[in-house]
Amino acid sequence: MGLVLALLTFAALAAIPLFPDLVGGPATITLFARMILYAIAAVSLNLILGYGGLVSFGHAAYLGLGGYTVGILYAHFISGSPFLGLIPGTNQLLVTVPAAMLVSGLFALAIGALSLRTTGVQFIMITLAFAQMVFFLFVSLKVYGGDDGLIVRRPNVLFDLNLRDTTTMYYIGLVALAAYVWLVARIVRSRFGRVLTGLRQNERRMAAIGISTYRYKLVAFVIAGMGAGLAGALMANLQRFVSPDMLAWTKSGELMIMVILGGAGSLIGPIWGAIALVGMETALAGWTEHWQFWLGPILICIVLFARGGLYGFVASLLKRDGR
Amino acid sequence: MTGPMLRLEGLVKRFGGLVATDALTLDVVPGELHALIGPNGAGKTTVIGQIAGELRQDEGRILFEGAEITRLSTPQRVRRGLARSFQITQLLEDDTALDNVALAVQAGQGHGFRFFRDARRDPRLAGPAMEHLAAVGMAGRAQVRVADLSHGEHKQLELAIALATGPRFLLLDEPMAGLGASESKAMTEILRGLKGRITMLLVEHDMEAVFALADRISVLVYGRCIASGPPAEIRENAEVRAAYLAEEEV
Repeated sequence: MGLVLALLTFAALAAIPLFPDLVGGPATITLFARMILYAIAAVSLNLILGYGGLVSFGHAAYLGLGGYTVGILYAHFISGSPFLGLIPGTNQLLVTVPAAMLVSGLFALAIGALSLRTTGVQFIMITLAFAQMVFFLFVSLKVYGGDDGLIVRRPNVLFDLNLRDTTTMYYIGLVALAAYVWLVARIVRSRFGRVLTGLRQNERRMAAIGISTYRYKLVAFVIAGMGAGLAGALMANLQRFVSPDMLAWTKSGELMIMVILGGAGSLIGPIWGAIALVGMETALAGWTEHWQFWLGPILICIVLFARGGLYGFVASLLKRDGR
Repeated sequence: MTGPMLRLEGLVKRFGGLVATDALTLDVVPGELHALIGPNGAGKTTVIGQIAGELRQDEGRILFEGAEITRLSTPQRVRRGLARSFQITQLLEDDTALDNVALAVQAGQGHGFRFFRDARRDPRLAGPAMEHLAAVGMAGRAQVRVADLSHGEHKQLELAIALATGPRFLLLDEPMAGLGASESKAMTEILRGLKGRITMLLVEHDMEAVFALADRISVLVYGRCIASGPPAEIRENAEVRAAYLAEEEV
């Protein structure tokens, strides 16, 4: 059933740009592209939050670092001066995206190495604190726009594709999402994934069968950070703009809401969560200025009445009738 | 091998003002089933926790097969062949019985940094895991989720998981607790089958099982070992009767 729902989800997402009028005109494609990119970040957070039980409250840091990698490489590409006098700038998507994932992964390695020595509330607070450090670092970096952020005037180059075209960006995002979801699906079923899900359920048991848990958590933390870096790099290309907003703690909170709303620990629940949250934000914002006032109660209702999030809700419906 | 397999030397553990383990010295020789008994609050589980490495003792040393393991972590001790079962079962509730055992088999096979192959379809995990389930009489319940198993089955599964780590020494913390009479008998028979192959330290309140299984018995009262010897000797020991056996009416 999980596979069927996943295939249906991807089929529907692939079909969306084919019927622009149905979803409200070509401008809406940009909105859907944003949903797709947030979905990548949510799926990556779900690997550690949903499967591993590691409540990281600083996931936006890796999203923003991915975005800034693209922005900074572009700035140096335009100015012609290498970054730190060493690394030349570039606007090649096939270089900037892996670079963004590398940067996010390295930060996740450093932050994870320190924060994973704690558990519970301490872990939540320390991941938040590190993310805030990254946030203030970029706020104070006037060279790269500081508070105002960094404009990426032209999107990166990928073969002869026109990345200004939102439909093209949408499909690039969708392919990236599919690839990352496939990776996560393999990981959670693997030997590594068995340990990861075991950690969430009972860490004491894991120690008692001879598993040193720290390294497993750290590797998962890095894989998740790289996924968020991927999302951030593509987002910088879609919006052609990066700013400290991408790194803010509220963004970390939104990513957590997407995961929990969609269904933590399910493969595609976080995708639904990202679509639902971005969709609701947009719909309510178009209707009233005080959209956050209305979003709160809706989220509370969903979390209260749909155990296991949207995915858990649908799965239980399907189980009830039919089989 | 000469000398004890497990040796506790002057072990002390304090919780605030309470001395839970009081200068405990104990030897377990290879191949024996050594029972550790004592009234509630005697500090038996605390001793198990220290041997397993979950609690750090305040004083004293622990030697396993002649080597000091006092500073090793729990996983390191398990990899040396020192496994435990829990009184309050510690299981992966969302997974099946087979998954639980397979994970322990996997841990015993070395590192788990394999990211692509489906672990549930790996015969190198499922095969040995099924054998361990069969050894505790749970072969027919392999695909049942842990949350749906009975309390008795949880206890059996605890043992299967401990066995799956490939231990040479087993710490058993009240494997019969909460079991009915027939389940208790079945567990006794399973442990009898392991005797000789695996050295065991058994903490248990079920005196019938203890006297049926143990080669030697040590009696713990207020963290101190007041007597140690073969079952017949312990049964006749006046101090033991006063402290413990009388109230249990054995």
